Amino acid sequence: MSGLSISRRGLLAGISAVGASAALSACGAKTGDSTSTGSGAKADTSGDTVKVGLLNSLSGTMAISEVTVHNALLLAVKEINAAGGVLGKKLKPISQDGASDWPTFAEKAEALITDEKVVATFGCWTSASRKAVKPVFERYKSLLFYPVQYEGLEESPYIFYIGATTNQQIVPALDYLKKQGLTKLYLVGSDYVFPRTANKIIKAYAKANGMEVVGEDYAPLGSTEFGTITNKVKDAGADAVFNTLNGDSNVAFFKEYKSAGLTAKSLPVLSVSIAEEEVKSIGTQYLEDQLTAWNYYETTPGAANTKFVAAYQAAYGKDKPTSDPMEAAYISVYLWKEMVEKAGSFDVAKVKAASDGIELDAPEGKVTVDGATQHVYKTARIGKVGSDGLITEVWNSGKPIKPDPYLKGYSWASGLS
Amino acid sequence: MTVILNQSFTGISIGAVLLLIALGLTLTFGQMGVINMAHGEFIMAGAYTTYVLQKSISSAGVSLLVALPVAFLVAGAMGVLLEWLLIRRLYVRPLDTLLVTWGVSLMLQQLARDIFGAPNVQTTAPDLLTGNISLGGGITFANSRLFILGLALLSVLALTVILRFTPLGRRIRAVVQNRDLAEVSGIATGQVDRLTFFIGSGLAGVAGVALTLVGPIGPTMGTNYIVDAFLVVVVGGIGRLKGSVITAFALGVLQSVLEYSTTVSVAKVMVLVAIVAFLQWRPQGLYTLRTRSLA
Repeated sequence: MSGLSISRRGLLAGISAVGASAALSACGAKTGDSTSTGSGAKADTSGDTVKVGLLNSLSGTMAISEVTVHNALLLAVKEINAAGGVLGKKLKPISQDGASDWPTFAEKAEALITDEKVVATFGCWTSASRKAVKPVFERYKSLLFYPVQYEGLEESPYIFYIGATTNQQIVPALDYLKKQGLTKLYLVGSDYVFPRTANKIIKAYAKANGMEVVGEDYAPLGSTEFGTITNKVKDAGADAVFNTLNGDSNVAFFKEYKSAGLTAKSLPVLSVSIAEEEVKSIGTQYLEDQLTAWNYYETTPGAANTKFVAAYQAAYGKDKPTSDPMEAAYISVYLWKEMVEKAGSFDVAKVKAASDGIELDAPEGKVTVDGATQHVYKTARIGKVGSDGLITEVWNSGKPIKPDPYLKGYSWASGLS
Repeated sequence: MTVILNQSFTGISIGAVLLLIALGLTLTFGQMGVINMAHGEFIMAGAYTTYVLQKSISSAGVSLLVALPVAFLVAGAMGVLLEWLLIRRLYVRPLDTLLVTWGVSLMLQQLARDIFGAPNVQTTAPDLLTGNISLGGGITFANSRLFILGLALLSVLALTVILRFTPLGRRIRAVVQNRDLAEVSGIATGQVDRLTFFIGSGLAGVAGVALTLVGPIGPTMGTNYIVDAFLVVVVGGIGRLKGSVITAFALGVLQSVLEYSTTVSVAKVMVLVAIVAFLQWRPQGLYTLRTRSLA
């Protein structure tokens, strides 16, 4: 060591210090001033434009999914402006990058509300990010429209949940698996709130419905090492894998899954966070014939969807697919517009009061806002990934399902929340 | 038995990835005492090189093979540039290199974001590497993992040959053991430093190519691996190739065995605890370089 000696301990301390400060700098979170009294957001509606916030991860492990949601939001804003805006005012979209980092989400949410004075915010994907921004929106009494399916067990007065709650996605998916005779499940998920809560619900359902959970594993968000988990799945004697992995980890998981010789035929995977965009970036050859559970697919029939897909592809490219969270994001702006127009005001309290019963002929079919829970009636759809990367429906619930975020209508779910 | 074999293979394949990402560090950090936090970004550069080549060469297999030498050169050139611009001024201040190279690593991450966009990208593995070799009885070895294992072993072999049997290797070893004496013996130490850095960084690029077979390619992918790479080098004994090889495989197998019986996060914690305990017992690492210098 040529005359210089570094003590290993000093060195490791140094490296971990840099690592720690990297972590700190990555989430230089302002811990919200807990003493501030909820003064309410002072949304600025004085000019002839109003600002709306778009809060998505445009970088990091979640960008694979969230960038498309951001695009769909921009498309809706553009269309609404072209049609004359909301209450005669044009919308000005303000984009903020949550960077796949939950404290950053909280920071940017606050910036949107206090600095930009937006009238409403649209975005977030992971439940971790939603949980991080929830207190911010509640403190400032500002509205967030959340476009992604999630684990339920939540009703914030300042969030509208436009994606599915568990009884509109996970429960129907379990019903479907049960009908197919696939009763031994292996649960694989990312290590944060959505997969863990979803799996708690799945285990309760399994116990009550004669199904068996033969294994359960969580990988850190962004993890790319699935060798062991795949081996465990193989050895557990499962009939199907219930996959709640989020973001890029799916790429590594399905690559490993295929390498291990597991196929949709021998051991199907039902995923709840993989939509058309992810299929494309994971690679169709890894996903063919695997199952998904959503409320919308690009292939869903209907005039509203034909129009949406055409508009999206005209704006972002012929080869760009549309997906459930994108569709939910797109209609969330329209639903908000309907609420504002019914209320005749951008005022949050009035908008909330006007929300119940708002209907829309959405690309996914008819949706209705349930004012009591601030969720949406949605049709559940199970789909299969085709060789072209699109997902075709193999089953649907026939009619929109009433949202039940706390699963009050299911006896087996008592004691979950 | 099946479980043990499958898990051992998984462990060895994790070890191969660890070995590949740590190999370059055994040179730059182990042999030169430079704490290069941008090593992970050289890995990233290698991965993006693969991505770019795949976009221009239609065949996935060909582009992967072409990517290996090209990524080596790209990452190696970046390493030489870094050494020439900054590091050579800091050889006497090893802990300062940590901060400087960390700054460089952040800049390189942002550069990657500006060039390739923030969302992660993927490459398509050649068909041959998406399959597996099945030995019957549920025992399968994934081809992509075998490829990475082969690549890791080849890299070790090449590095060993260079260090042991070439004039350059002799000069590198001389500089490592006693820089002043090498200098007065007529070895151009500056040039040797640059070449060492070139090889070490180039190996990081090769690791990046291998990682495209495992997961997505993104601006921050290097940071996921950098700490593991340093752990391997420190536990193996600074500057000892043999130590790094043994440590990489040992840690890989340990991680996979623990993971099988517990969970991913618990296994990671236990591996770290094991490392800490080991370093208490042998602070100098598995193997040490014995020289006559007092340092």
